Amino acid sequence: MSTLSFAQLSCPMPKLDFDIITLGHGSGGILTNKLLESGVFNLLKNPYLDERHDGAVFNATGKMAFSTDSYVITPIFFPGGNIGDLAVNGTLNDLAMCGAIPKYLSLSFIIEEGLTMTEFWDILVSIKIASEKAGVHIVTGDTKVVERGKGDKIFVNTSGIGQVHPSAAISSKNIVTGDKIIISGNIATHGIAIMSVREGLDFETDIVSDTANVAHDVISLLDEFGAQIHLLRDPTRGGVATVLNEIAKDILLGIDLVQKQIPVLEQVQGACELLGLDPLYVANEGVFIAIVDAEISDHFLAKLKTMETGNDAAVIGEVTAAHPGQVVIKSPIGGRRVVNMLVGEQLPRIC
Amino acid sequence: MKFLTEYRNPEMVEMYLEELRKTVTQPWTIMEVCGGQTHSLVKNGILNILPEQIQMVHGPGCPVCVTPLQLIDKAVFLAEKKGVILCSFGDMIRVPGSERSLLEAKAAGADVRIMYSPLEAVKLAKENPDREVVFFAVGFETTAPANALSVMHAKLLGLKNYSILASHVLVPPAIEAIMNDEVTRIQAFLAAGHVCAIMGMGQYYDLVEKFDMPIVVTGFEPVDLLQGILMTVRQLEAGKANLENQYARVVKPEGNPEAIKIIEQVFEVTDREWRGLGVIQLSGWEVKEELAQFDASKRFSINIARAPECPDCIAGQILKGIKKPGQCSEFATRCTPEHPLGAPMVSSEGACAAYYHFANVR
Repeated sequence: MSTLSFAQLSCPMPKLDFDIITLGHGSGGILTNKLLESGVFNLLKNPYLDERHDGAVFNATGKMAFSTDSYVITPIFFPGGNIGDLAVNGTLNDLAMCGAIPKYLSLSFIIEEGLTMTEFWDILVSIKIASEKAGVHIVTGDTKVVERGKGDKIFVNTSGIGQVHPSAAISSKNIVTGDKIIISGNIATHGIAIMSVREGLDFETDIVSDTANVAHDVISLLDEFGAQIHLLRDPTRGGVATVLNEIAKDILLGIDLVQKQIPVLEQVQGACELLGLDPLYVANEGVFIAIVDAEISDHFLAKLKTMETGNDAAVIGEVTAAHPGQVVIKSPIGGRRVVNMLVGEQLPRIC
Repeated sequence: MKFLTEYRNPEMVEMYLEELRKTVTQPWTIMEVCGGQTHSLVKNGILNILPEQIQMVHGPGCPVCVTPLQLIDKAVFLAEKKGVILCSFGDMIRVPGSERSLLEAKAAGADVRIMYSPLEAVKLAKENPDREVVFFAVGFETTAPANALSVMHAKLLGLKNYSILASHVLVPPAIEAIMNDEVTRIQAFLAAGHVCAIMGMGQYYDLVEKFDMPIVVTGFEPVDLLQGILMTVRQLEAGKANLENQYARVVKPEGNPEAIKIIEQVFEVTDREWRGLGVIQLSGWEVKEELAQFDASKRFSINIARAPECPDCIAGQILKGIKKPGQCSEFATRCTPEHPLGAPMVSSEGACAAYYHFANVR
């Protein structure tokens, strides 16, 4: 007997007369209907989706934010999450980084034939849980199936619309010399969690991805600090180093980092040492960077540390007029070096 | 992280720096041989906290950098061959060949896989009996035992579809070649700790004697490096030329006899071309004749024309410490880590790439 996953226990999969997804399920015909009716629509039920229309119709007033992202992760299930909650949280976080309160999401799947219905169901349940937790509705979507070998099990795209917080003024133009750079949590955890379960890398670890929705916490911070939060970014692909380089080049100011203040879990640091990777370039989820007015940085940090996603938050550096366009880090032993943009993907070193 | 944090201790670092400042009275030029040491010097910002009189020259100890262009072309050729799975360490796959890198070959359809260990490649060969699995066995003495072990494993398993494209290079002949150059400015060496952990210290006594210069076997952490530099400078200031071991917690004088045994079972010494330095006699290992079936260069017929190196690249002078990267007209203009013209810009451990990344901080 196969064991039931947590998702299956909380939302049991309906009885279906197929157990793997085939090309027919994306054809628009009866099979598609079966898949959607018994699966997606039923599970993600809400008044907008229940219309079964070509798109969603809703009211909106005021300033809105709109963001889209595609998720193509291998493996699709990893310690701490799966491609489903990653796709929801990722786009919610992008909206939060715009200072917006997420409202509606679209959800599209490109499925490679052969994906089991159990896997698909587990992903759907994670999507349901993540979107419910965030209080957003999935209002429109699409499912396509491609031939075996033409995809990588499943690709997910989500787009999101959010209402911009009334007191938010998130723009790199607001950054000034002396602003503090704050990270909301331990870096590199997600990337290393994924790598630890990749093929060809046999190392045992209990590192779990920190994929999470940071929107609630960001909104509370905006409530309190408003326009004194100058910029928010989530350092996903390319990690903290890449995002800070983009910012430095954009604002034509420098960024000084202090390495020993950057929080990294010990086992993540250990894995990075072993694999020859620099945690500054490893991908993050559920972590954000805030660049804030120096005046509020202590309060901002104190408040962030009391929040669900901010326990390990820290001030990691500041904006400086020196070395414009460059990120410079002070090593624990007091030396300084430039932290560059990565050329291509970070690859493990030979020795 | 024990055994690491104590070698990154800021107070210890400051103590050694203070001692260095007190010891040094005149300019000295020291080469750290190993790319791992270069990487650590740069990453920890050690180069800009050293006393000004001490000049570190980054040696040819980056296996990615010194792998000849033609060999990369060979690996690409094999990767593109039907039925072949080409396995490689990560940082080798981005290095541009004369036409394309392994990464580009992969994007164009070749089956290229990144591995952390050649034993993974043996496993892959066992699981795919209808494919040819080739491991791109690049590296110094450090990666040789694992590569040799993979050949022995494949032999034991009776695999007929596993081979290695070996390009092993050896440190002591490279040190000798650098010192034999008439215009070299190198006055002492930090030898590579990990290499000595395998091979022992025997060969270095001869070098110390022959060139009358200090060699200190050194580790890779900030405290290791500063202690190694201090030991070297103390000798230089006192006019001594001895072999010393800073990395005694890892390096035994006799090395690792088990590892040496397995290397000797699989490899034999051969002349080897180093990118940027040319052919150095008896400076590499190749798979022994009796194990030729595991030697990809013999197993496959590879007809690759010799690609010319960029004539403007002064890699040889850089790798010998005769010139600094900044003295090259192409540095950071036509030659960048994205588009390297030659060896030292190829990997982050190469001297030019290290300077490229390090520039403008002083």
